[in-house]
Amino acid sequence: MKPGTRLKSAACDTEVMVIRCADGQIECGGAPMGEAKPAEAAPLSADFSAGTLMGKRYVDADGKYELLCVKPGKGSLSVDGVALVVKDAKPLPASD
Amino acid sequence: MNIALLLEMAAEAAPDRVGLVCDGKRWTYGDLLDAARGAFELIQESEAEYVALLDESSEAAVIAVFGAALAGVPYCPLNYRLPDADLAALLDRVSPALVVGDEERIMRVAGDQGHTIFSREEFTLKAQETVPEPESREYDPGEGIAIQLFTSGTTAAPKAAILRHSNLLGYILGTVEFASADEADAALVVVPPYHIAGISALLSSIYSLRKIVMLPNFTPEGWLGLVETETVTNAFVVPTMLARIVDAMEKGVTANTESLRAIAYGGGKMPLEVIHKALERFPSAGFTNAYGLTETSSTVALLGPDDHREALASDDPKVRARLTSLGQPIPTVEMQIRGENGEVLGPNEPGEIYVRGEQVSGEYKEKSALDAEGWFPTRDAGYMDEHGYLFLSGRADDVIVRGGENMSPGEIEDVLLTHPAIADACACAVASVEWGEAVGVAIVTREGHETPGEDEIKSMIRSRLRSSRVPEKIAFVEELPYNEMGKLLRRKVKEVLADT
Repeated sequence: MKPGTRLKSAACDTEVMVIRCADGQIECGGAPMGEAKPAEAAPLSADFSAGTLMGKRYVDADGKYELLCVKPGKGSLSVDGVALVVKDAKPLPASD
Repeated sequence: MNIALLLEMAAEAAPDRVGLVCDGKRWTYGDLLDAARGAFELIQESEAEYVALLDESSEAAVIAVFGAALAGVPYCPLNYRLPDADLAALLDRVSPALVVGDEERIMRVAGDQGHTIFSREEFTLKAQETVPEPESREYDPGEGIAIQLFTSGTTAAPKAAILRHSNLLGYILGTVEFASADEADAALVVVPPYHIAGISALLSSIYSLRKIVMLPNFTPEGWLGLVETETVTNAFVVPTMLARIVDAMEKGVTANTESLRAIAYGGGKMPLEVIHKALERFPSAGFTNAYGLTETSSTVALLGPDDHREALASDDPKVRARLTSLGQPIPTVEMQIRGENGEVLGPNEPGEIYVRGEQVSGEYKEKSALDAEGWFPTRDAGYMDEHGYLFLSGRADDVIVRGGENMSPGEIEDVLLTHPAIADACACAVASVEWGEAVGVAIVTREGHETPGEDEIKSMIRSRLRSSRVPEKIAFVEELPYNEMGKLLRRKVKEVLADT
């Protein structure tokens, strides 16, 4: 896994671009994400079903992981079972 | 990650929404992505190592920047105002390139350099005709260089500044919220495509889904007209453009500009008089002064709308002075002022501006200018006040060193400009047998005023600053030399003063 890799959810439509990562397991909807979609969809875990939003960046508490959602879905993102949270951009007063 | 992702996401979220208006033609995000993918094909076929643009702003600039990104070759927009010989030298540095633009001129000055040449119309048309099937191509992962820009070379030969995909994405993802613009929003882009502000305007507008309205050839009338017909909400201008817009309005050019919510400016020093008038002419618009460099992927500090209105309304001279400041560093960038020996300086101490952050490339084709900790020396001289507002005093290279004492041209110019008969002023170093360098000033007399006497000018500087700042040479000139982006060409003023 390296920055720039595009990962797909096994449980929903979510797709993310990896901005930063370490060796942990990146999951969506409670199931591991991969570069290809599995033939059979994984069940969506109720604990990880808050949904992803297009264009949002998701990070862990230690700043080791950062994922950019490029396609939204019903699942929510986690690493090794720990939920990721949204990192907001710091919008500028339109400067360009 | 590849900057093409910005357009891919826009096209995924809103394929049928209009993303660009140019010369009356409207392009959706879907159209633009298709054409960029077609451009990828043309670039691959040509085996070019660069994509160069020698043209005014148009849809071709958008298609070329993303096409080049998908193909994994640097996009290099060139300044079409350069003389033939200079242009030929730059084209030679990017050969072999796929060059889009003024076919006849490219053939004439660089026809033997091995380039693949397209006119704007031909490039745009062919790109639309050669769109590959979805998922049929392997696009570049974006680990390398996205953009190469030649610096304007006001002090030396142009340097090839390099911006990586990671620098530009760091800037956009850190400062722009995806799809945050309203469908009625429109950004008027008048900065030429070879300027970093022109490029960052395209990237940030596309990622926020804000429609881009292009005005390839700036005139105040054309600008005001487009604001009205396209109900423009956001605009970026360089100081000379704003001065001309305000001037045209004073002379009776009218347009409905009520839709304008945000006017940003940068790229050169804004005269106080102009910003005062502009604040009155556009009472409902928020003004933002953006400070940035090519090497920093655009904005690193800004003075926002609230700061502008507060400064204008305040009786406190310190708060009023903020109208001449560049505001505060943006949250995603670190900034320091350093002294001659690299020591970090405190508030109000003048030195050189250093910046660090994801968006800061600080890299040239020849070498990186970053220090071991990733800090970029901007070569801009300035200071930060106790509230963190940044004030620019000029290029570090413009500092006048008189007998070991450093003097910034800005402080001398600011005093000169308070004289009612002085419309514009430039201070720079002149050779001095006694001191090595001494102060020389070039002055433009305001229309309808008597030219002030040399003694009067000298005593004004002596009483307001120190005797070391008193000019040894004074030249009265018709006007000061600026480049088309409003940058004062000090090296030309130096030549005039040397001959005085």
